Order: sequence, then structure tokens, then C-alpha cells
Amino acid sequence: MKSMGRIYAMVLRYIYLLRRSWPRILELFYWPAVQLILWGFISQFFVTNSTWVAQASGVLMAAVLLWDVLFRAHLGVSLAFFEEMYSRNLGHLFVSPLRVSELIGALLTISLLRTLTGIGGAALLAIPLYDFSIFGLGLPLLGFFANLLVMGWAIGLLVSGLVLRFGLGAESFAWVSIFAIAPISGIYYPIAVLPEWLQGVAWFLPSSHVFEGMRALMFEHDFRGDLMWLAAALNIVYLLLGAGAFLLAFNSARKRGLLLRVGE
Amino acid sequence: MTGPAAIELQAVSKYYEDVLAVDAVSFSVGGGSICALLGGNGAGKTTVLSMLLGLLLPSSGRLAILGTDMRKYRYQVLDRINFSSPYVDLPQRLTVRENLSVYARLYGIKQLQQRLAVLAGQLDITAFMDRACGSLSAGQKTRVALAKSLLNRPSVLLLDEPTASLDPDTAASIRQLLRDYQQDSGATLLMATHNMLEVERLCDDVIMMRSGRVVDRGSPDFLLQRYGRATLEDVFIDVARDTGRVGNAVPD
Repeated sequence: MKSMGRIYAMVLRYIYLLRRSWPRILELFYWPAVQLILWGFISQFFVTNSTWVAQASGVLMAAVLLWDVLFRAHLGVSLAFFEEMYSRNLGHLFVSPLRVSELIGALLTISLLRTLTGIGGAALLAIPLYDFSIFGLGLPLLGFFANLLVMGWAIGLLVSGLVLRFGLGAESFAWVSIFAIAPISGIYYPIAVLPEWLQGVAWFLPSSHVFEGMRALMFEHDFRGDLMWLAAALNIVYLLLGAGAFLLAFNSARKRGLLLRVGE
Repeated sequence: MTGPAAIELQAVSKYYEDVLAVDAVSFSVGGGSICALLGGNGAGKTTVLSMLLGLLLPSSGRLAILGTDMRKYRYQVLDRINFSSPYVDLPQRLTVRENLSVYARLYGIKQLQQRLAVLAGQLDITAFMDRACGSLSAGQKTRVALAKSLLNRPSVLLLDEPTASLDPDTAASIRQLLRDYQQDSGATLLMATHNMLEVERLCDDVIMMRSGRVVDRGSPDFLLQRYGRATLEDVFIDVARDTGRVGNAVPD
């Protein structure tokens, strides 16, 4: 119970921060909405010019919304952690009874809230704008969402660990990491499009399984449980790796005295 | 020493790669005392405090607070310890009340609002409880940091320059507050400071450090006598410059 109280305290801390900063609130909605609007128009164009897209007119919008789940989940973890570094608050946090595992719990919780808020807004916007509801995917949507959320968490923890270890100069990892995996996740095209050797790499990403599963559902009305389970199994490994990297970075920071002099 | 040791270091050393920052330091601080850690820049005071808090791992040696090995079991006692430093910030965008509320929850404080009101009155921060921490003056921030450090009524309070940036009047009232807190709670206070006046007025015990080692120790009066000086500032300079005014033997 005490542990839950401390996680709640940290979640409250991030909510206070959001509440006090309108640019941060705006940012939650802005990019998912802009992405959706852009891909909505592209979809409308392709529906009349591409037989592939015409078979499932919402496929590109579903892809962009689900991709943003991964992106927002990752940023939800890493940006919340960067806030602690920007505010040079780690020294106070880690002399309190807060455990590293509880900080991780709080980061994942605030990431979930931020992702639901940002993507939820864009998903609702798609209904009146493009007559497309991602909720039409039904229960499988939960599987897609959960897998991408967990993958985003894993990347967020890994990036946060790197920034704790190497300082805020390594902040660009937050953007580099996510855009590096985008081309091989098969967001807007089937994995089969990739060169054969790259397909081998792509199948190690949970996101590739999710987007293939999404296309199977939308084009063939077939829910591929096998793809979901593979993604979930990979996610367990990635989440353990992400949390492990964060813990290693934390221990390294304690050896090097970085918790009191975090920064550039 | 006024009670069983609340803080104990045994042969604690810290290397930053090849640089020896703290060299086999051993001392203990009795429960219920107010002890100062004095030394020039780079003497190792902040490193010692950081190791005691568990923010920094020692390269070797043993540290214990309230009898608990801080390397292995720090989580058992962290709710009975607190710390304040003008060099570690609280989140700037949050108001004072929000920051203190978050920390009060982290420490599991019951009757949170009541506790905040008492501390706000004691530290004279009521007027700016709803202002963002980033908008406060350095002196106001120091008082807020002290309020945070007293939230959980700690049995051991570690302070890094507790009256830095405070005007003499406010500094005097903070010293009185710390003295009253220590007397009421029986807590142990260990403070790293450069403020000799503070040491003379507040501390029962002084540990002098130079180049990562403890080089002398005693009450302020004892040190004044031992060095034949009128002020602790002169004693500090003798130690920092290693003038050899007295032998380097550390008293038992």
C-alpha cells in the first residue's frame, strides 16, 4: 500500500506539471491531431487512386493512430523522466523512500494517461472529419494498443537510462530511437515490401507484428492471434531489457555521483 | 557525543576513477547532537553527505545510519532521514504547496494539510505557498527546501549549507528553528557548511576535513583552544592551509 501511495505521489507530480503548462497540454493533442489530419487527406486521395487502400479505406489512419500509441508511450516515459533531470530533482527523490521500481511504475502510469489523452483526442477527431472510427476494430484494438504501449514503455525506459548515464546531451536518443525503427515496423506497408534480410530484423520488433495484424484484420477480417502473442512475448523481453537498462544506469549514476549533478 | 551513534562511517573511501575524493574516513556522530562537517572546497564534505544519503556508492568501507547499513538496507531507514541542500532543486514549475504535498506523500505523512500548515508557519513560507518554486528568491527557496527536509520529522537530518542565501535575521531564525527541532525531537543533525558563525552558535561537535580526510575534531570551544585562535574562521584557515599550527593527531 505504501508503495502505491508513492507511485500515486509521483503521478500527481507529473499531473501538476502538465496542469501548470499549457504548451505541454497542447503538445499532447497537437501531433496526433496533425498526423491524423495529414494522413486523413492522403487516405482520401489514395482511396480513389489506389486499389490497395480502397479495399480498406481507414488503413492509413488506423496505422497513424496506432503508430502514435508507440510514439506517445515512449515519449510519455522519457519526457517525464527528463523533467526530473531538467529540474535537478533526482537528489531529493532518491533520498526519499521512493524506490527505483516505484519511479518506473509512476513513469509508466503517466505515460498511459498521456497516451490515452493524446490518441483518444485524435481518434475521436477522425470520426467527424473522415467518417473513420478506429474503435470499429473491436476487441483486437485492445491487443494492438497494449502491445504498442508496452513497446513504447520499453524504449522510453532504455532511452531514460541512456540519458541518466550519459547526461542530457544524449537526449536526442529519444527521437533517434523511435524514428530508426519506424521504417522497419511496416506501419504503412506490409513487411514483405522490405528486403529479405531486413524482414528478418523487422520480425524482432513487436510493432511489425501489430501492424501486420492490423492489416490482416482490416483487409481480410482475420484476427491473427499468433501475431499478437508473438508481439506480447517479444514485449516481455523488451520491457525487461528496458527496465534492466534503467536500473543499470541508476546504479552507475550512484557510483559516479550523477544523481546530485545531473545535467548536460 | 550525546547518545549511541546515529551516524557511523568506518574506513569509507571514494574514488572517482583514479581520483581519491574521500580517504578512509571514519567517524561517528552521537544521537541527539548537532555536528558540523567543516572543510575547504574539495575537502570531501559533500561526497561524505552524498554517500550517507545513498546517492553515491562508496568505493570501500561501511556507512550506517541509525544502525542500518546504508549500502544494503537504506530503504529501511529512508523514511526517518531527510536532507536539504541549496544545490538540489525542487521542480520549478510546481508551487511550493504542490512540491511539499508530493514529498509528504512520498514520506507517507498522515494529515498532510495540517503538517504543511505547521511547517509553513514555522518557516514563514505561508505567503508564497501557492507560488511556483521557480519564482522564489534564493532565500525563499532555501526555506522551502528546509520545510521539505522537516516534513517527515526526521531522526537524522543531513544539511548542506542550511542557511546559504539567507539574510542574517532569517538565518538566525532558521538556526533557532533547527535548534528547537533538535531539542524537541532528539534528532541528530549533520551539516556541511562554510558558515563559521553558524557552527559556533549551533553545533556541539565539529569534524574538520582536508583533502578527503578527517584531520581534527572537537567542540567549537575545544578547537579554539587547541589552535589558540579567537574565531573558528581562523581555525578553518589553519586547517585548510595546513599551517601545522597543531599536530595532526585526531583526538579520540
